[in-house]
Amino acid sequence: MNPAATTAPAPATPGTVPAGPPSPGAPSGSAAAVPGASGRRNARRLAAASAVVLLLAVVSTFVGVLDVTPWSLWHQLVSGDADGFWASTEILAVSRLPRTASVVLAGTALAVAGLIMQLMVRNKFVEPSTVGTVESASAGLLVVSIFLPAAPLMAKMGFAAVFAVAGTALFLLVLQRVPLRNTLLVPLVGIMLGNVIASLTTFFAYRFDLLQTLNSWMIGDFSGVIRGRYELLWLVLALTVVGYVAADRFTVAGMGQEFTTNLGIDYRRVMALGLTLVALISAVVVVTIGSIPFLGLVVPNLVSMLIGDNVRRTVPWVAVFGAGFVLVCDIVARVIRYPYEIPVGTIVAVVGAALFLTMLLRGRRR
Amino acid sequence: MIELTGLTKRYGSRTVVDRVSGTIEAGGIISIIGANGAGKSTLLSMAARLLPMDEGTVFVDELDVLSTPSDQLARKLSILRQENTLSVRLSVRDLVAFGRHPHNRGRHTAEDREHVDRALRYLQLDELADRYVDELSGGQRQRAFIAMVIAQDTDYVLLDEPLNNLDMKHAVEMMQLLRRMAHDFGKTVVLVIHDINFASCYSDRIMAMKDGALVHHGTPEQIMRPEVLRDVYGIDIRVEQIDGHRIGIYFA
Repeated sequence: MNPAATTAPAPATPGTVPAGPPSPGAPSGSAAAVPGASGRRNARRLAAASAVVLLLAVVSTFVGVLDVTPWSLWHQLVSGDADGFWASTEILAVSRLPRTASVVLAGTALAVAGLIMQLMVRNKFVEPSTVGTVESASAGLLVVSIFLPAAPLMAKMGFAAVFAVAGTALFLLVLQRVPLRNTLLVPLVGIMLGNVIASLTTFFAYRFDLLQTLNSWMIGDFSGVIRGRYELLWLVLALTVVGYVAADRFTVAGMGQEFTTNLGIDYRRVMALGLTLVALISAVVVVTIGSIPFLGLVVPNLVSMLIGDNVRRTVPWVAVFGAGFVLVCDIVARVIRYPYEIPVGTIVAVVGAALFLTMLLRGRRR
Repeated sequence: MIELTGLTKRYGSRTVVDRVSGTIEAGGIISIIGANGAGKSTLLSMAARLLPMDEGTVFVDELDVLSTPSDQLARKLSILRQENTLSVRLSVRDLVAFGRHPHNRGRHTAEDREHVDRALRYLQLDELADRYVDELSGGQRQRAFIAMVIAQDTDYVLLDEPLNNLDMKHAVEMMQLLRRMAHDFGKTVVLVIHDINFASCYSDRIMAMKDGALVHHGTPEQIMRPEVLRDVYGIDIRVEQIDGHRIGIYFA
């Protein structure tokens, strides 16, 4: 999946102080409200969790090489340092806020994509980066980089999305042909498929001298996020909302084709919708940030253990946890060898793998 | 009324259901019996559009199951298959509430909640309502699924071996419940069932299948005869009249 990170330290994001930081991915508590007292309790807890994520977003906004903090801003303001103040706000607008926004957007969307994928496949051990979706998106990016290197970002994203759809569809097709739907066989099939696609991609990247470029897609990194280069990521917010609107359908699809048909829902249409959402989210994130593995695996599993799998209720939680998880990892990535950065994908992979192992071992009790 | 015409299903060269034609009149309990591999479950699945047929048609109250919009059919007919391994963690109440989906598309009204509560009460699941389905015993889980189908509130209810996983007490209660549904609320309950004595005691009609074909169709009195059962199962079964019921004795 994720080649061992050979990370040339990238300088950390420059930048500074606070304005009301945006937390676009954190849904409001009321969105999850379900009827009854337990619904209200759920809403309250969700609101609390959202507040924590908001706080993390504020912290994230003020972490960076350049000293931009609420205090420095205040200091510049009271000492009449207008130039310094405007420079600081500029850093916020150009670098810090876009970065925080993209962390929250990517975290939210990838976690929800993982959830949808798990329901479609009816297996808790899959996510877009373990079934070939992300690898296919990279393959699409490579193809467009080879043949249309000057293509605009939107076109690159389109290519990545088409390849991601095809790769994921291939995985689902292969699964249909596998006679034994063993819990462990499903993720294994996905990992094998993903590796085959990744190997082919690596081979051609090598031949066309694009290995480094390929690497930048496979290892998620927010250090390149600045105003004008991340806005495509807002697309995933819309996709996540679509996922929430269709939540009941995904829950039902998670109960199987016959179940879905009995309730009068077109199973193939739900699968097509899920496939599109997962592939588009993966493609957009790979194009703008790069792959962030394990996130879509760990977060939905964690939420499932805590509050079950009724998607209508879990999507807001998955979104909040996803945002919070990536925020923490990104802050760690920037602080751990300050003033240099470690790609967030590396941190997420390490923390995520540890978390996942713990869950697996604890889950054995059930 | 469910009308089957020339219903056929083949897997390769093997014909699992072979030109089955017949009419299931509305109202009452209809049991489908037969040996393993006789095609009972396949027939039920095709009747409920879970499985495409190779030939033939199924009409439910004049609605062709293949061409009728699936959500419309879901308000007319429900089906529960036998293996219900739930890979998602849902509470019993949430599961049952999904039975209302064909009616409300996820927006629950007071009436929907009423249906859900009634279904839970019917199957004595009130106290388990907030438990996760995957934490229940096999019998409790089976009842939760039945409750979902009851909440779906359809004229036709198709159940594939609903007594699976149920002990004697719960099996009897289940059959009594199904009979109440059929007789008090005018539902048509079609069951695939292995225990011929449950079929005999509770059914209004019995359909017997053998090698994919519908070989006998009639009242329990007509089906529960040694010569008919011998034809269906290939073993000698003594039939005794006990308390007005025909009981097959096949244990020794």
